[in-house]
Amino acid sequence: MKYQTIDTRKGTRCRVLEGGSGAPVVFFHGAGGLLADNPFLDQLAQRYHVFAPEWPGYGESTGEELLEDMLDFALHGWDVIDALGLSRPHLVGHSMGGMIAAEMACLAPRDLDKLALVAAAGLWMDEHPIPDIFALLPFQLAELLFDDPQKGQALLTGGADLADMEALKEFYLVSQRRLAMAGKILFPIPNRRLSKRLYRLTAPTLILWGAADRLIVPAYAARWKALIPSARVEMVESAAHMLPYERPEAFVRAVAGFLG
Amino acid sequence: MKFTWFNLMPWPYLPDDFRQQHRSVWVDIPNTLYDPRKGHHVYHTYLDQLEYAESLGFDGIGCNEHHQNGYGLMPSPNLIAATLSRRTSRAALCVIGNSIAGYNPPIRVAEEFAMLDVISGGRLIAGFPVGTSMDTNFCYGQIPALTRDKYREAHDMIMQAWAGEEPFAFDGKYNQLRWVNCWPKPIQKPHPPIYIPGGGSIETWDFCLDHDYNYSYLSFFGYLRGKSLLDGYWERVAKRGKDDSPYRAAFAQIICVADTDAQAEELYAEHCLYFFNRCLHIFPPFADPPGYRTMATVKYGALSQLTQARQKILENLTWKQLVEERFVIAGSPETVRQQLEECIKGLRIGHLFCLFHNGNMPDWKTRHSSKLFAEKVMPRLRDLWPEWKHDERWWIHPMDERIRPEERRPGADKPREEWPR
Repeated sequence: MKYQTIDTRKGTRCRVLEGGSGAPVVFFHGAGGLLADNPFLDQLAQRYHVFAPEWPGYGESTGEELLEDMLDFALHGWDVIDALGLSRPHLVGHSMGGMIAAEMACLAPRDLDKLALVAAAGLWMDEHPIPDIFALLPFQLAELLFDDPQKGQALLTGGADLADMEALKEFYLVSQRRLAMAGKILFPIPNRRLSKRLYRLTAPTLILWGAADRLIVPAYAARWKALIPSARVEMVESAAHMLPYERPEAFVRAVAGFLG
Repeated sequence: MKFTWFNLMPWPYLPDDFRQQHRSVWVDIPNTLYDPRKGHHVYHTYLDQLEYAESLGFDGIGCNEHHQNGYGLMPSPNLIAATLSRRTSRAALCVIGNSIAGYNPPIRVAEEFAMLDVISGGRLIAGFPVGTSMDTNFCYGQIPALTRDKYREAHDMIMQAWAGEEPFAFDGKYNQLRWVNCWPKPIQKPHPPIYIPGGGSIETWDFCLDHDYNYSYLSFFGYLRGKSLLDGYWERVAKRGKDDSPYRAAFAQIICVADTDAQAEELYAEHCLYFFNRCLHIFPPFADPPGYRTMATVKYGALSQLTQARQKILENLTWKQLVEERFVIAGSPETVRQQLEECIKGLRIGHLFCLFHNGNMPDWKTRHSSKLFAEKVMPRLRDLWPEWKHDERWWIHPMDERIRPEERRPGADKPREEWPR
């Protein structure tokens, strides 16, 4: 896969990881951004034409000051699809990316083919409060996000050692920029009333969850299912919130099995 | 020099093992540690101290706003200032301040500050902090990356409301009001002196200079560490072609006065250590949520917030360190005078926020220290800026003929007068 850069009509400039051929699939990453290696995208690109745009504020994408609220994010998602010249793509969203993809599907239900929501944010259940990702020490992240925190730590930092001050600083700066952006739709509670709009969603929907998700616990999969009765729910064992990174084969099997 | 007696109003009953048992004094500190019946005594002790400070001759008495905080029991500083406005008649009421990004709508602040200015006869100093991330983001739920933008808008609404003489519409991004019409309006014209407390955000300097507001650097870590930041501020002042009146800047300093240096340690050490060890025990991520600081400020060197090292320093502090590094200025009147002169001249400040009550310090020690300062130190620091003696741009301008509510008014129930004309 390789990177390209697109400009949206609103004025953001976005880097998009692209590869493969076949039906177009747009993957929206979560609050942590794309990592250095994204094997699940490489594998997905063996069957589909995959596009993975980075949100403004992530990687080399800029224009974050132009996006301030949920509507801005969702319209930006469609702006990116327009700029890529795609017609009725499948949308796959992970975590915050799932929240935005679902919002996009409610805004323009006829403009997509199928929708896959992977450990999607966007709902809130008082009986299952989601941990505050904006109040974590760097070393607490991996424990929360991965079934195997040690492996997860290496994935998050690209192998850098956070005990090293320079590496910590670099990690900190990049992560501050990303999460500042994510905070616009996730802080203080990752709920922008999407549940009121889900009735508009008509695309066939997959709800994919890691059985060991400690950030957005699997009870949320059931909540999504309750709000989108026609959706299919699949659980992946030995996977936590970062399911696509922890279990790329299982991720691709489930997504491809659903998209066809 | 102007001296303002400031009380943070800490909870004096934090347990000895507070640090070990809890991760933060702020945001998620269990409120089972608060006892309202003890709180009754605590509030009155602190309020009495502020009133006492006026009687000692301090120029101002000060309060501030914090939420869900074991060392700051003033979620509403305006309530504190309101009680003071009735029981004092001379000192400036420094409310430093209202964290305006958290108020919906911010016109509430314009109204309450106007009320305070009117009740006090024009003695209000109005502080507009962005608010700490603990208060504004984690306790009051504002989105970190939009906090500064919302702050600016709130500021604009308040200032326009004070200036406006006719109702007007305010079409903001965060606040829309069809009828802005501030009743009452403040006595001081064009508005009460405005102080902007800053931690270390460099954007704040320009904001102060754009509007000619006072820049108040509120640190608990003393003037030696504050120096580089204020040097940066004064460089910016020069670059912007503004005069260098020391009254453009204020600084907060913990001060402990005793008869001798040795007595200062004996009397105050445990209470200052309580403050640094327990009251400043803050879970680091609460102090730095992504987006709260601009990337420019983060790159300027705010990383220290993040490190466990900073927390470790607080845990193992000794009185010797506190005094040597000037986190605390403590000792005999002469020691305190020398060090404060160095502080005032070094930082080039015209306003000193004096922190005499620290941690769990009992009332009598607080008064003892304040009184020694007022009698033996303050008079000798008064005239450090003779060339700026008449610069009143950042000080209150009260009405001459003020009601003195603390005076008894015999015969007030007898028929005698209409409303004053």
